[in-house]
Amino acid sequence: MSAPMLQIEGLFVEVDEKPIIKGLDLELETGAVHAIMGPNGSGKSTLANVLAGRDGYVVTGGSVRYQGRDLLAMPAEERAREGVFLAFQYPVEIPGVSNLYFLKAALNAVKKHRGQDELDAMDFMDLAKEKMKLVEMDAALGQRAVNSGFSGGEKKRNEIFQMALLEPKLAVLDETDSGLDIDALRVVASGVNALRSAERSMLLITHYQRLLHYIEPDQVHVLVDGRIVATGDRYLAEELERSGYADYEKQAAQRSEASA
Amino acid sequence: MTAQNEQLNQLITSDYKAGWVTDIGEDRAPPGLSEGIIRFISDKKHEPEWLLEWRLRAYRHWREMKLPTWARVSYPPTDYQAISYYSAPKQKADGPKSLDEVDPELLRTYEKLGIPLREREVLAGVAVDAVFDSVSVATTFKKKLASMGIIFCSFSEAVQEHPELVRKYLGSVVPMNDNFYAALNSAVFSDGSFVFVPAGVRCPMELSTYFRINAAKTGQFERTLIIAEEESYVSYLEGCTAPMRDENQLHAAVVELVALDDAEVKYSTVQNWYPGDEQGKGGVYNFVTKRGKCQGKRSKISWTQVETGSAITWKYPGCILIGDDSIGEFYSVALTNNYQQADTGTKMIHLGKNTRSTIISKGISAGHGQNTYRGLVKIQKGAQGARNYSQCDSLLIGSDCGAHTVPYVEVKNGSSTLEHEATTSRIGDDQLFYCGQRGLSEEDAVSLIVNGFCKEVLKELPMEFAVEAQKLLGVSLEGAVG
Repeated sequence: MSAPMLQIEGLFVEVDEKPIIKGLDLELETGAVHAIMGPNGSGKSTLANVLAGRDGYVVTGGSVRYQGRDLLAMPAEERAREGVFLAFQYPVEIPGVSNLYFLKAALNAVKKHRGQDELDAMDFMDLAKEKMKLVEMDAALGQRAVNSGFSGGEKKRNEIFQMALLEPKLAVLDETDSGLDIDALRVVASGVNALRSAERSMLLITHYQRLLHYIEPDQVHVLVDGRIVATGDRYLAEELERSGYADYEKQAAQRSEASA
Repeated sequence: MTAQNEQLNQLITSDYKAGWVTDIGEDRAPPGLSEGIIRFISDKKHEPEWLLEWRLRAYRHWREMKLPTWARVSYPPTDYQAISYYSAPKQKADGPKSLDEVDPELLRTYEKLGIPLREREVLAGVAVDAVFDSVSVATTFKKKLASMGIIFCSFSEAVQEHPELVRKYLGSVVPMNDNFYAALNSAVFSDGSFVFVPAGVRCPMELSTYFRINAAKTGQFERTLIIAEEESYVSYLEGCTAPMRDENQLHAAVVELVALDDAEVKYSTVQNWYPGDEQGKGGVYNFVTKRGKCQGKRSKISWTQVETGSAITWKYPGCILIGDDSIGEFYSVALTNNYQQADTGTKMIHLGKNTRSTIISKGISAGHGQNTYRGLVKIQKGAQGARNYSQCDSLLIGSDCGAHTVPYVEVKNGSSTLEHEATTSRIGDDQLFYCGQRGLSEEDAVSLIVNGFCKEVLKELPMEFAVEAQKLLGVSLEGAVG
């Protein structure tokens, strides 16, 4: 067995001096797809942001290793260049910067980092067209400013399109299913499925189980109050759909009372 | 957050690369301003009597005028008696006949600025009228231009060789008593450029001049006059850098453009004078009067400016649209960082029928910079069917800077159409993180965002200038993909 793609041990994270993640352990093998499910406020998006290296998320304990390296020691752009991709829950608008120009700059920054030749405009266009088909994205969105005036569904498709283009090793999808109608969800999911490979690991962060109808995870983790409280296969997700998070939340509350 | 701001500041605060002083012997006037000094300047330049009289009249107006205080800029008062109003690099008796005769020290200075004349001459196809301090030292491509009847020379030379043209048009767009700084310039202007394009001629190359302030305490008072006769076209580029210095340097230029029937003048500026240090010490004071007169029917004048330098920028390139169906355009990027202050914009004065004007202004403020757009759109009674479109956008980087928009509108007829749009945005941490998560460094991300913000203006610049402008803004050129 090679080193796992991602190894999180005893992770503690604070935001504005408030503990959010409280001793999280997780291991993601190369090529595996794991889902992290949990109620609002359980720390799902915090985990995504910590992995991507966003400012304001203070790690107060534990470690995160990515392909055996200390992920937390790397600045955000280096993580990205090394193959960590975050599909944003709320993709950011960048007015005036064309989507394709932005992506060409991003792709070439990644290629440069990896010692590969940068793509010229022609080759990039060919590649972009191919990847846009994957998420059935309107070609016009390539010329428009990054996420500016995109609908919710267009923004999420754009995230998956970017992922397809940048070919990450570790993709973290933060509530990619939120705000999507059923058709858009299907398109996004089929894009994600097309990108599954033996070399690529994925972490699907979601509140609802419905995404997992379309993307079948190898494992499902339940995140409550900053900790993984249960791990299982996709049937765990189905069980959650029926019974909800209430029992887990009750246990977590008792636990924190006990420790207080 | 503070750490973030500091990082941003570092990005925007790259050292001023053009800061040095060239050691050249000078032929300069003693400090102070008087009728005697004006006579000295005029005599030095062997000017005709009428021009001396013109200067003296301007000086008498200036003495009665008050410093304008309406702009949103603050600076210590200037002691006009402490400034030397004339300085010329020492040359052999009659000046250089070719580049070989030019002071090698001077040529090296240009090389440091990245405009080796030789290379530029051969490679770029740009005729350069280089102004070093106050005297033009080299003019290239003259022969080719002359064969087409185009005159492109220093202002002093034009006074000697084409006095009738100078006399006819000098002060016809910017009257000698137009404002405090224009009057000062009219009294003491040292040199500058002169362009005349005869009827029906399309100037085959971009005309370019490189201004540079070098001598300590020598205010520069450039005077530029461009005349485009009927159905002619000319594109003129002006670019500037100045050496690093602690004292504030005054610059009060006047530029006049005249376009006759169906003529078009395109005037582009990249201004990168020393902006002062991070504490706001030093830097050039830039008080410029630029105005174009669309005198002829269907004539067109376009101003494009990228203003990144100077401690104080006070500049409102405008158009007087006299000819029916004439067009005025103003495209501007103004960047203020550290303690820079810019109060810049345009004036579009519509007099003729169906005249049209477009104003696109992009202000970028960073550090403690203060950036004001100030514009006037005036539509007179006779300007039936006139149209104006104005767009003023501001981009803020960090939280200590300011952006202000002051649009004035005066409309005196009911058949004209005006549109005005304004936006203010900030480069957000969200945007920087998003870019970083896609692999872009913060520096590249800022460049990308700034470039995107300025795109509409930068694309108006001639290619060779666009590159320089984008370098100045720290961004890379948008490729064929964009």
